[in-house]
Amino acid sequence: MAEKKIRQHMQNRSAQERIKDFKEVPLGFTPEQAIAEAKRCIQCKKPLCVSGCPVEIDIPGFIKFVAQGDFESAVQKIKETNALPAVCGRVCPQEDQCEKQCILGIKGEAVAIGNLERFVADYERSKIKDQSSKQTPSSKSKDQKIAVIGSGPAGLTCAGDLARKGYQVTVFESLHVTGGVLTYGIPEFRLPKAIVNLEVEYIKSLGVEVKVDMLIGNVYTIKELLKDYQAVFIGSGAGLPKFMKVPGENLDGVYSANEYLFRINMMKAWNFPANLTPIKIGKRVAVVGGGNVAMDAARVSLRLGAEEVYIIYRRTEKEMPARLEEVHRAHEEGIIFKTLILPVKYHANADGWVEFAECLQMELGEPDSSGRCRPVPVAGSEFRVSVDTVVVAIGNSPNPLVPQRTPDLKVEKWGGVIVNEQGLASIPGVYAGGDIVRGAATVISAMGDGKVAAKAIDQQLSA
Amino acid sequence: MVKILKKERLAENISRIIVAAPHIAKAAKPGQFIVIIPTENAERIPLTIADKDLEKGTISIIFQIVGATTKLLDSIPAGGEIAHLLGPLGVPSHIEKFGTVVVIGGGVGIAEIYPVVKGLKEAGNKVVTIIGARCKEMLVYQEELRIASSELKVTTDNGACGRKGFVSDELKDMIATGEKIDLVIAVGPVPMMRVCCDVTKPHGIKTMVSLNPIMLDATGMCGVCRVSVGGQTKFACVEGPEFDGHQVDFADLVARLKPYKDVEKKAFDHVCRLLK
Repeated sequence: MAEKKIRQHMQNRSAQERIKDFKEVPLGFTPEQAIAEAKRCIQCKKPLCVSGCPVEIDIPGFIKFVAQGDFESAVQKIKETNALPAVCGRVCPQEDQCEKQCILGIKGEAVAIGNLERFVADYERSKIKDQSSKQTPSSKSKDQKIAVIGSGPAGLTCAGDLARKGYQVTVFESLHVTGGVLTYGIPEFRLPKAIVNLEVEYIKSLGVEVKVDMLIGNVYTIKELLKDYQAVFIGSGAGLPKFMKVPGENLDGVYSANEYLFRINMMKAWNFPANLTPIKIGKRVAVVGGGNVAMDAARVSLRLGAEEVYIIYRRTEKEMPARLEEVHRAHEEGIIFKTLILPVKYHANADGWVEFAECLQMELGEPDSSGRCRPVPVAGSEFRVSVDTVVVAIGNSPNPLVPQRTPDLKVEKWGGVIVNEQGLASIPGVYAGGDIVRGAATVISAMGDGKVAAKAIDQQLSA
Repeated sequence: MVKILKKERLAENISRIIVAAPHIAKAAKPGQFIVIIPTENAERIPLTIADKDLEKGTISIIFQIVGATTKLLDSIPAGGEIAHLLGPLGVPSHIEKFGTVVVIGGGVGIAEIYPVVKGLKEAGNKVVTIIGARCKEMLVYQEELRIASSELKVTTDNGACGRKGFVSDELKDMIATGEKIDLVIAVGPVPMMRVCCDVTKPHGIKTMVSLNPIMLDATGMCGVCRVSVGGQTKFACVEGPEFDGHQVDFADLVARLKPYKDVEKKAFDHVCRLLK
């Protein structure tokens, strides 16, 4: 019997070093590590990992190539179903998806599928650095046209899949830069923008036309698009940030996570005044929330010079929706976790700037509908947390714009576009996916939606 | 890139540019705005669409040079290009036959009311337009508005043109004559809009104001443009910019306009150095 091999781990940059810059935290596998890790895969006949992948990557297939040292074939294998491997290898919650299903995980540690995906994508990236992608547009081109709204993960995936099938695809992006949440939301140290740009260039190399500064709904309605395009995919993503509706949330110094990260990631406010969009980060920053976005906002604050950064969360760390890895890294970097705490009011100083948060101590009660224990306030537990900046990171509603301007488009009470299993919305020829359907979800689920819709659009138009 | 076809200085620190944007010209309605990024490193700033020409596929934008990004924008000559232009944005003004409508424009707001005045007049309203500015030179679009309105009243702070006083004085007098006013629309600096609302409120005259909070993406994502209206948080970029002025918390708006005032000088100086 073969000796039991232990899981390879990527080397990380030290916390002290990395909080001084925006470069990535993990350094990635070495080729030797990748091959050793790939050899741990037992190549299941009925691979459960694939069922855990929203875009159904042939995981044992690509890992087999890695084990043989054929990294080029490995990445091509992934790209059969996933156009954005360098992104997914970084931001997918693999521990809840493919790796959760891995048979090795029952008795030991799952194969590091995500890290392997990242490795081969980066390998390919290093090879094509100076030449534009060698991908050629599909030879069997069709004359049907598809409009894709949004250049985030859902839109890019849908556009890429349809272009590969030969359709004429146009992506309409409302912002001045492509990538959606990959660009404005996820910070550089978790997902370098050079990678996002390269993935967008790859999609363009497939023949997709990308138009920025185009707000669908206002410039053209969906109805107007349907005159020129045979199908429309709505991937317009997350929208209005949620607030807690507590007094003082409109004070200066209180940001939504969307605004905070948009200023930093998209507008490069850290480079003010060379970049003209300003941001003000105080000495003490409190980030309210326990998801990945909250961790991003907290870790960004630290890198921009905050002296103390708090995560304020009403439950305990165990209930946090953020990836364990992100929570761990936040801890390593010195983020202070203030759990079982609920802000109930923000107070301003004489200049109208937020000065402290009035908070309540919480304790966990009975489980609620989400299965997590409901936090209940402890009577008489009011106390103050002094802050200069507050970032509210408690989620988003779906972007309201397209539904607002499309009366026939059926939406849920909370704003999500209603679709069937194929991603088809209530208007014939109109499909939707990603956060516009799900509220705030993951990059990979958005990509999965884009894929499903692309398949359905192809079936509709080939029929 | 978007080409500036024509540029002219309307007053000290107020410029008008006409840009080629057929898709915006086609879709734009009165009361809507655009976001402009003059150069790649500049801010995204919202500006009202002052006019459009469907045939030529152009829109006019009138702006006051108040900070770094508007200074940069003003430095681009006719024939030059701006990096990005997004629009039309916001909910259009509600235009129907109301009866008698008083449209008030103050400062750079004067240019912004032009499409609204035109639209309301075309819908069959009696449109009384009141414009006011600090001095005569700031009274842009006077002739255009005179033609478009049923009646035009002009005020200046120093009396150099029209009545000496404020737009709200004209509004008060008009109310005092007892003429039935069905709607007031006020566009301009926050204090002006607030005073107009104070004047109309006791008389129960519905008053719409066009708010100008800080915006970033302006597409319903970042939430910086949140304003308090009737005790509820509204997002001006997708739910506005027009709101019922009697419900607006102006103090909140004023406070939310000021957080970067102290660093604006730094940005302005930087741009001045760049332009040298």
